[in-house]
Amino acid sequence: MSNAIEVEHLVIARGKRRVLHDFTCTVPSGSVTGLLGPSGSGKTTFIRAVVGVQKIVSGTVTVLGHPAGSKPLRDKVGYLTQAPSVYADLTVRENARYFASLYGLGAKQADAAISDVGLSKAKDQLVGQLSGGQRARASLACAIMSRPTLLVLDEPTVGQDPVLRNELWQHFHALAAGGSTLLVSSHVMDEAGRCDRLLLIREGHLIADQTPAEVRRSAGTDDLDEAFLRLVQAQDTAKAHDTEKVG
Amino acid sequence: MSPRLTFGTAGRILRQLRHDRRTIALILVVPTVLLTLLRYLYDDNPQLFDRVGLIMLGVFPLVIMFLLTSVAMLRERTSGTLERLLTTPIGKVDILLGYGIAFAVAAAVQAVIVSTLAFWLLGLDTLGPAWLVGVIAVGNAVLGMALGLLVSAFADSEFQAVQFMPAVVLPQVLLCGLLQPRDRMPGWMEAISDVMPMSYAVQALTEVGTHTDPTSTMWRDLAIIVGCVIVALLLGAATLRRRTA
Repeated sequence: MSNAIEVEHLVIARGKRRVLHDFTCTVPSGSVTGLLGPSGSGKTTFIRAVVGVQKIVSGTVTVLGHPAGSKPLRDKVGYLTQAPSVYADLTVRENARYFASLYGLGAKQADAAISDVGLSKAKDQLVGQLSGGQRARASLACAIMSRPTLLVLDEPTVGQDPVLRNELWQHFHALAAGGSTLLVSSHVMDEAGRCDRLLLIREGHLIADQTPAEVRRSAGTDDLDEAFLRLVQAQDTAKAHDTEKVG
Repeated sequence: MSPRLTFGTAGRILRQLRHDRRTIALILVVPTVLLTLLRYLYDDNPQLFDRVGLIMLGVFPLVIMFLLTSVAMLRERTSGTLERLLTTPIGKVDILLGYGIAFAVAAAVQAVIVSTLAFWLLGLDTLGPAWLVGVIAVGNAVLGMALGLLVSAFADSEFQAVQFMPAVVLPQVLLCGLLQPRDRMPGWMEAISDVMPMSYAVQALTEVGTHTDPTSTMWRDLAIIVGCVIVALLLGAATLRRRTA
C-alpha cells in the first residue's frame, strides 16, 4: 500500500464554525509527515479525524485501507493526544503496563517503551508528580509500545528540552525505518525540517503538501519559518485577487 | 467483550484507588463513624437502630460509590484517557464492566467491614442472616456505581458531577421509606417512590430485618435492583461515544 492515510474533501465543523474546509491530502506509507500550522489552525481536529474520534460533516478519511476509527485499525494505530492522557494516580510503569495489556503485550514491552522515552529512572513515580515534559513522555511511551503501523502524534515534543527532542525525533525516524508511518503535528516550524513530508495548515485550509525541500524551493527561501509566511501571503494575495475578479 | 481487557481495566482502577490512601480511609471510616453515631443517637431505642441502622447499611454504599464513580468516570472523559482508550482494541463494555467489577470489589470490602462492626460491636439485630444484608449492600453499591457512570455523561466538571448526588440520590433517600413508610405517602409521592431504585433496596433490607428466611418480596426487590443496574449500564454505554464534536 503506498498511502497510509487518504483524506478526501474532509469538512469538519465545531458548533457552527467550520474548522476544516474541503481538506484533501495523502500521507505516504513509511514516511514521517509533519502537520504544521499555528495554534488553532485545525491540527488537532484533523488528527482526531484520522484516529476516528472526530465527528465529521462530509468527506472520507481512509487509514491503511479502512475507514478511520474502524475496528481493524484499533491495534494498528497508535495515538498520542495533545494533553498527556495517562492516569495521574498511577506510576509510569503501571500506566505503561495497563496500555500494554490492551494490545496483549507484557511487562517487557512496557519497560522497553519507558526506556525509549527516557523515563526509566522515573518509572516508579506517580505520573501526577512528574514534570509536564515527563508526563508527556509517559503518555508517548503508551502510544509507541505496540509498534503501531501508523503512529499519530499530536505535538509530542512540546516542553521537551532540546537534547531530548533530538532523541525523540531520532526515535521517530527509527520507527519509520522499521516500516511505521508517522503523522506528527507541531506548531514549531524548526521541527518541519526533520520531516520527510509537510502538510502546512492555516485556518482550516491546507496550504502546502510537499517535502521540506519543495516548500523551500517554491517559497524561494531556506528558512522554513519564512517559507510558511510567504506561502500564507501568496495565498492571501491570490484570494484577494479572486474576490476582485468576482466583484 | 474480552475478559482479559475487562479484568485488566478493573485491576487498573483498583490500583488507582490503592494509591489514593485517603479515599480508601474515607470509604471505610466514614460509614463506620456515622453508624456508630446512629447507634448512640438511638441508645434508648434499640429497635429503631435495628430498622434505621440496617437501612443505612444499604444507603451508605450507594451514596459513596455513586460519588466515586461519577468523579472517576468524569476524569476519564476529561483527561483524554477515554478518547485514547476508544482508539485501542478495548470495547466500551469492557470499560464499563471494568468499572463495575472494580467498584463492586471496593464495595464488598466496605460492606464486610461496616456490617461486621454493625452486627458485632453495635449490636444490630436482624431476623434474617447477616450475609444476606451484605449481598444487598453490595448490590446497592453496584447500583450507585451504575448511576454514577450514567450521570457522569451529563457533567462537564467535577463541581457538576458532585452536584448530581443531591439531585439524583437525595430524593431517593427522602422517599425510600426511611423517613416515612411509603404506604403512608400521598399517592403521587408513592408513585414517584415506586420508580426509584433505592425504594426496593430499602424494602429488601427491611424484609431481611423482619423475616428469618429470605422472602419472595426480597428476591423480587433484588431482581429489580439488578435490572436497574443493567439498564443504567446500557444507558451509560450509549453515552460513551467514540466520535465527539
